[in-house]
Amino acid sequence: MSLAEPAALPVATSAAPRLHFLKRFSAGFKASLPAYLLLLPSLVFLALFTYGAMGRVLVDALYQRTTPKAPVRFVGLDNVSAVLADPAFTGAVVNNLIYAVGTAIPSIGLALLFALALSRTNAVTSALRAALFLPVLIPMVAASALFLFIFLPNVGLLDYYIGGLLPVLPNWLGDPDIALSAIMMITIWKNAGYYMLFFLAGLQAVPKDVMEAAHLDGAGPFQRLRYIILPELKPTFLFVIVIATLNAVTQVDHVFVMTKGGPSNSTNLVLFYIYQQAVEHYDIGKASAATLLTLAALMGLTALSFRTMANREGGP
Amino acid sequence: MKVIDWLLRDAPLATRREITPKLGFVLTILLALIWLIPFLWMGVATLRPASDGINLMAELMPSVKPTLDNIRDAWEIGDFPRYTLNTTIICTGILLVQFVTITLAGFAFARLSFAGKTLIFYLFLMQLMLVPVLLIVPNLSLVAQLGLYDTLTGVMMPFFASAFGTFLMRQAFEAIPTELEDAALIDGAGLFQCIRHIYVPLSMPSFSAFAIISVTSHWNDFLWPLMVINSPDKRPLTVGLSVFTATAEGTQAWGTIAAGTLMVIAPLLVTFLIFQKRFISSFVTSGIK
Repeated sequence: MSLAEPAALPVATSAAPRLHFLKRFSAGFKASLPAYLLLLPSLVFLALFTYGAMGRVLVDALYQRTTPKAPVRFVGLDNVSAVLADPAFTGAVVNNLIYAVGTAIPSIGLALLFALALSRTNAVTSALRAALFLPVLIPMVAASALFLFIFLPNVGLLDYYIGGLLPVLPNWLGDPDIALSAIMMITIWKNAGYYMLFFLAGLQAVPKDVMEAAHLDGAGPFQRLRYIILPELKPTFLFVIVIATLNAVTQVDHVFVMTKGGPSNSTNLVLFYIYQQAVEHYDIGKASAATLLTLAALMGLTALSFRTMANREGGP
Repeated sequence: MKVIDWLLRDAPLATRREITPKLGFVLTILLALIWLIPFLWMGVATLRPASDGINLMAELMPSVKPTLDNIRDAWEIGDFPRYTLNTTIICTGILLVQFVTITLAGFAFARLSFAGKTLIFYLFLMQLMLVPVLLIVPNLSLVAQLGLYDTLTGVMMPFFASAFGTFLMRQAFEAIPTELEDAALIDGAGLFQCIRHIYVPLSMPSFSAFAIISVTSHWNDFLWPLMVINSPDKRPLTVGLSVFTATAEGTQAWGTIAAGTLMVIAPLLVTFLIFQKRFISSFVTSGIK
């Protein structure tokens, strides 16, 4: 009996707050119901195709499934280690890194040049902006169809016009040493005009009076660029670098149309590797493991850039 | 450089010297011309007769006897009317559903307070970070499980909810004065009537910016429809063009490839040239995507 009493006490004391909590919760839920109903349609699709997809990648990466109908077998982290040991994957990662850096730097540099030159609005600059922006609009597949001919050996546009300047006519898409650079040229052509827009937007934030004061003090164009414009554009740079990195991992349509990852895997990129594993080899486990690794790398990168941004804003 | 002085004649002295030296401007003009070469070649090659031969194919000077044969061939070989119809259905379908989902969710985030708002907001934010194109493998198996493999609905479904659109509409709705809503509520309007008659009509610029971004990106989508669609008659323009290009490349029919490419990109290019300013400002907005 003496045992029952102390046991009864906590029940008695906790019942009231718990009821209170439930009441509060249900009242809160009732008040929130209209909002939940409005969010429901979006949440259903996000749950299916974003969070659910994320969960399925995690699970699928742990199982072996080599054909769509084959029985499923739990293999733990075997898929992850298989992917990491696959020279095609590591090769694709290296290619993708080269591709990311080799497209981001030139296209961001060009974008800055374009934005600086075309920052004022008149008929001429807006026509030039439109010309530089056109490639952004067209599908990568269409750009690839045009560049297939541009890179065609001997009779193609590049060889026809500048082939004479080169010691030997390169086989742009057929030579493993050159093919990745050729693919990169398309990406630079296609993205520079896009990044230009963000620099144009960023330039509008550069204070006019500071620029004029610097001009009156005799600062030359390069000094003004170095000490006023570039520091002012720092957030834009950071932002464009994130976009360029994401583009480097998600744009592979030109690989499909032009090289299929070849010659000898020299233009294979990570997303193309994932596609090959899933669609050509029906290896969902390996494709999921590769997806998982890529997502982890990208999310780490995004988190890092957000932290850098947050630190910048918190700093002096 | 008389020409440059003329081009810059409307600028007052201070701004003329403001940002780039003339060299930068000249370089940009040259590069803009280079940027146009693929388009120029596409136009010239489309009109070039096959009799000019492969050796003249790269010539950027238009042929003296232009022909429409390439356009006719491309039209007959590739099923471009069908591809265009499919792409139009996909883009319209995605956009219509998105308009509903982003309006409702945007309104909830802009005007209602509810339990778990921050958490749900972060759930939306996650979609921006998890690039949809990377989730093709799990999403393909889901689409197959739902019985939507090889259907246009399967192509559309992953894009029905849009975090970017939701944030855009949230911003637009927040800018609308609450007095308008209060007045309507006093007059006995319900929540949906408020959304329909006050918030939606006053947010048209945001809707059109979103429409431009959504249609452009799904018009250009390739990898996802390539995986979902199996039947040739359900191919969108991009997939159709890639198959068409692969076929025509084998026969070295470069004029036909140019004509096919022109057909695929012409609708977007024409729309862009008409609504240039709107396109550019929408793309700047899309930066937060």
